[in-house]
Order: sequence, then C-alpha cells, then structure tokens
Amino acid sequence: MLRIAIYGATSRIAHEAARIWAAQGAAIVLMGRDVQRLEEVARDLRVTGAPERVRVQPWDIDHPLSARTAVDEAAAAWGGLDVALIAHGWLPDQARAQDEPQALIRAIEVNATSVAVLAEAFAGVLQRQRQGTLAVIGSVAGDRGRQSNYIYGAAKGFVERYCQGLRNRLHPAGVRVVLIKPGPTDTPMTRGMSGGAPAANLKLADPADVASAIVRGVAAGRPVVYAPAKWRLIMTVIKAIPERVFVRLKL
Amino acid sequence: MSAARSPSPPQRMVRSWGLPGPFEHHVIEPGRVGDAPLSTQDSWLPHGNGRSYGDVCLNTGHTLVHTRWLDRYVSFDAQQGVLECEPGVTLARIVGDMLPRGWFLPVVPGTRFVTVGGAIANDVHGKNHHSAGTFGHHVQALWLRRSDGRELECSPQLNADLFAATVGGMGLTGLITRARLALRRVPSGWMRVHSRRFRSLDEFFHLNHEAESRHEYTVSWIDCLSGGQGRLRGVLLAGDHADAPAGQAQFPQAPGARSFPLTPPVSLINPLSLRAFNAAYFHRAAESSTFDQPVWPYFWPLDALHHWNRIYGRRGLLQYQFVVPQQAGRQAIEEVLALIRASGMGSFLAVLKTFGDRPSPGMMSFARPGLTLALDFPNVPRVHGLFERLDEVMLRHGGAIYPAKDARCPAALFAQGYPRLAEFLHQRDPACGSTMARRMGIEC
Repeated sequence: MLRIAIYGATSRIAHEAARIWAAQGAAIVLMGRDVQRLEEVARDLRVTGAPERVRVQPWDIDHPLSARTAVDEAAAAWGGLDVALIAHGWLPDQARAQDEPQALIRAIEVNATSVAVLAEAFAGVLQRQRQGTLAVIGSVAGDRGRQSNYIYGAAKGFVERYCQGLRNRLHPAGVRVVLIKPGPTDTPMTRGMSGGAPAANLKLADPADVASAIVRGVAAGRPVVYAPAKWRLIMTVIKAIPERVFVRLKL
Repeated sequence: MSAARSPSPPQRMVRSWGLPGPFEHHVIEPGRVGDAPLSTQDSWLPHGNGRSYGDVCLNTGHTLVHTRWLDRYVSFDAQQGVLECEPGVTLARIVGDMLPRGWFLPVVPGTRFVTVGGAIANDVHGKNHHSAGTFGHHVQALWLRRSDGRELECSPQLNADLFAATVGGMGLTGLITRARLALRRVPSGWMRVHSRRFRSLDEFFHLNHEAESRHEYTVSWIDCLSGGQGRLRGVLLAGDHADAPAGQAQFPQAPGARSFPLTPPVSLINPLSLRAFNAAYFHRAAESSTFDQPVWPYFWPLDALHHWNRIYGRRGLLQYQFVVPQQAGRQAIEEVLALIRASGMGSFLAVLKTFGDRPSPGMMSFARPGLTLALDFPNVPRVHGLFERLDEVMLRHGGAIYPAKDARCPAALFAQGYPRLAEFLHQRDPACGSTMARRMGIEC
C-alpha cells in the first residue's frame, strides 16, 4: 500500500493523480490551506478508494516555519511516506506581475520559494527514512524564459534547478526526486486561455493524462517527466533556438 | 503565441453530438459547486458532456454553465449501494469504479459518456425499461440551484413538483448540484445474451413479448431497408447479468477505445455503404444463439469508437426517435418503414424497443408505454423532407419525439407529445433557456 502526501490536492492535476492512487489502494494525506475544498477532494477519494485511507491535514504555505511539523505529522499518519507530491501553483497575469511588485513577489513566493520550503521539509523525512519519492510539479514554461510568461517561467525554472540539487543530495539515501513538467493543461487555472502553445493549434492537455504521467513517472522514479511526452521534443527545439533569434520571436 | 485571457465569460464554440455547428456560446465552468455563478444576466443552460444529438444541450448566443469540473463523488453507502455525487460525474466513471465492487447502474443509455446531470435532464432509458423504468426512477434525491440563489433538495417526497419537472426537464429548471442515486447489485461484469433473428414485424412482436417476460434487457436492431409486405429483417438481443464464464475475469475492464480521427468531408454513411453494412450485419447473426459478453460491448458497442459521429461528415447527423402508443404501434411502424424505404435513405442505426407500463417520473419524460424506434441519418437536405413525412405519421398516431435526439421537430408535434408542458413551465427557472426551448416556443 503506497503512502502518499499531496500538497495542493485541490488542483485538478493533483486531484486526478490522487484518484489514480486511491483506486490503486493508496493511503493519502491531503495538505492544503482551504479545508473545505480539501474535504471535497477527500470525499471524492473516499469513494474512489478506501474511505479510511484518506485524511485531510491543513497547512498553509504562508506559514513556512511550521512546514516541518506539518510534514512530520503527514508522514506519521500512515507510519511513513512513500510519495510526496508538491502540486500547488498559481499562474499570474504576466502584465500585472510586470507592473505591480506585489504581484511579482507573490508569484515567486507561491511558485518558487514555497515549493522549496515544503520540499526541504519532505526531504528531511524521506532522507531519514532512506526511501521514498518526492515529486514536484514544474512546467515546460520553466525550460526557457519567454516574453509572454517569464515571471511564472522563471519561478518554474528555479524549481528545476532546485530539484536538481535536491536530487543530487538525496541520491545516497535512495530517495528519488521526480520533476513533472506539464505542457499547457486544460484546468480551471488555464480557464479562458488559448492553447498558448508554439503551434497555435496544439490543444491543451487533459489533466487526467498529465496525472497518469505523474503516477507512472513516480513509479519509475524518472528525474524529469514531460506530460504529455511530446513536450520533451517541443522544448528541445525551443531551447535550441539561438538567443539572438529567440529575442525576435513573440512566443 | 500568447496566452490570451478573454473577459469572462469566454466565448467558445460548442457542438452537440449530431450538430457540428459550431455554435457560439459564453461558457462558464465553475471549478466547484460552491462557485457556480448564476448571477449572469444572460439566459443560461447547464451543460454536461454534450452527447445529446440535437439542440437540447445548446444555448446558442447565450450562456452555458458547463459541469465538467463538478465531477466529484460525495459519498457512497457500500451496504445500500447509494451513491451521492456532483452532476458532472459520468456514468462511465461510475460503472468503471463501481462494477469491480459488484455494483451497476439500474438504467443505462446507449452511451456511458453522459453525465449524471444529463442523464437526469433527459430522463434517459435503456434496454431494460420494461423491467426497471427510466434513470429518474433510481434518483432518490437531487439538489437544484436556482437563479434566485436558492438551493433546494428535491425528491418524490420533498419539492415533488420541482423534482418531477427537473427529471426530463432538459436543464430548464436550474443547475443540479448533487444527486443521490440507487445502484444495483450485479454478480459480474458479464451478460448472458440470447440473440434471435426475425423476419417480420409479427415475428418481432411475438419474440419481443416472450423475451421481455424472461429477460431483463431486450433490444432489437432492424434493417430498415428490408421489408415491404410485412417483411422486416432484424435481430433481437435479450440479455441478463450473469456470472462470469469459466476462465474469465469476473470484472473485465473497459476496452481501450479507438477514436475516429478526422471528419470526412462527406458522410461515409450512404445508401451503398448502408446496404453493405446491413447485409453483413444481419447475415452474420445466426438464426438463434446464446453467448456471453462483457457489459462494455453489450450496453455500449458504439462507445468503442470515440467520435463515431464524425463518420457522418461535416454536416453531422440527425436522429429521429419517437414513441407511439401500443394500439397505434404496429400501424405507425409500418407506415414509418414504408416511408423510409420509399425515400431510399436508410438508417445506419435503427433500434426498436417496447417500453413498459411504469409511468415515468418526469413531467417531460419521453419514455411511456408503447413502441420506440430510433433512426440515424446523415444531415443532408433530403432527410428533412423524410422527417416531415414522419412527423405527419406521428401526429396522426399520437406519437412523441425524444428531445435528447431532436434538432428540428415542429413545435406542434412536440407539444402533442408532452401534455404536461404547461405544468412543467410553471416550474421552469426564468433565467434558464436553450436553443431547443426557443425553437419550441417555450421560453417564459
């Protein structure tokens, strides 16, 4: 029985991943700020999976000093932790983040800083256990800064670099760090947006497909998972464009 | 490339199962039941999976409240088999999750890719109507949010009028935010199926009557190009839930589905392809045979091919499904089949079934005692003339049209089929509207 803790389970992608894990019989702790919303997710998982294997544990990323305590509690719920998934995020309005320092600061706080704080707390637990997998949801946006979303992209880029280092640190302990990079996905977060893709007719991904990729990637312990897989090729091309050419593009 | 955010609610092109449109709508997609913003000034309509054939699920030029994120389970009583869930949960998901635990839905329509909300709004029926009634018969309660902000629990015992208006109410009474469904026990994911060929309408009635007394599920597929002088070629399939055959998994999984990848410019269904298909299909069926089949192909053969509606080409398809009362049934069916033969346009899918006597729970429910036939045609100009002639048969024989399938039925024929229309309109939410409601002249 897999023991899983998820922060940000109210996000559609994380909820779908939780459904897959619940159906597989996992025991799950849902961590987050909004207890009411978490309970809605929990109720769904208690039907999909076993009712006694779903718990809600409130914790807010805006209380970083209590991260370790919260994570220790989550790990204790099922006598240990096999998978920790950090799934929260916020897609800021790029124009607003450019103009308003508070919006920019918040975007980095939510998408970068708080991810690292929480990851450090999970890393401590997993390292002591000498087993387990930490999974973090990044984004293809972190692969290259581009004019339409670089503040979000930069934060996700931070996450990639951070995960690299953490992966290196945790390797001797047998703990794996999996970074999931979804392409633009069809969720309430991207509501109202077009595909936002290099090719205008590329559709938004189905969150259930991204969730499958997460579950598979976690099981395999792969360092980086692009979801859907085609984004690996797309971003390889994007990353290969020389800077003097890229600066002229309006991607 | 830019991630352009449009002012809410965003415009989106929407289609229905049979009508490719595309039709412009403002689409609101609440992430949670609590967020469902119904204070819009515009006429709005709840929308599920869009598997209705015509315009009952559309509100062209106005607002749709899409329930796709309202897809959470709320609770499941594993002793009683009672499931509470949000309206966007699909029947596919319920069957997928519950079948391995030995539970099934008491009534399922011809596709499992409909939402609970949609199943209630159309009060869908299945192959077991004669034994189990409609979907609405197994809805113990529903919670309805109205545009005045009230949320009302409705059941046959509480707010009973609103319940009866909402079941089969085409979304026009408000947004269902939760439903409580009774499931039923099944011994496995397998069906024991008996198939019998018949060659005449007489033979159909005889076999059908016998089958209904012995089997839970019955349906017939007919070749509507055959016939004349009382001849009618068809296959009757009777089925029951059964134990898994020896050596088979008790609960087989849903098969991975293929998708029809593109929309051909013209319909692939034409008189030539149809004759060939019918000949092959009906000759393949043995005179009489008994076999085991998983629930997936038994109930939902077409679901194996996602987007099969694309086979009909860019104009899409029109379905004509009607019910005629028992007495008129035989005569009406003969006239309908004669008109179809005369038109030279065959129906790829012609499904014939008798409904049982159980009164339907909704004021606007389609299912009622009698004979029902469902016909698919490519949406080409010639078909409209045929449909008008079929309407005339319906008017004479007291027939009713199924809103879930309809895209062009005249208001007079619609009204004839729904004597409780005025009663229904009293329960309507004044802010709710749909393309079909406007077409039928039943806007408040």
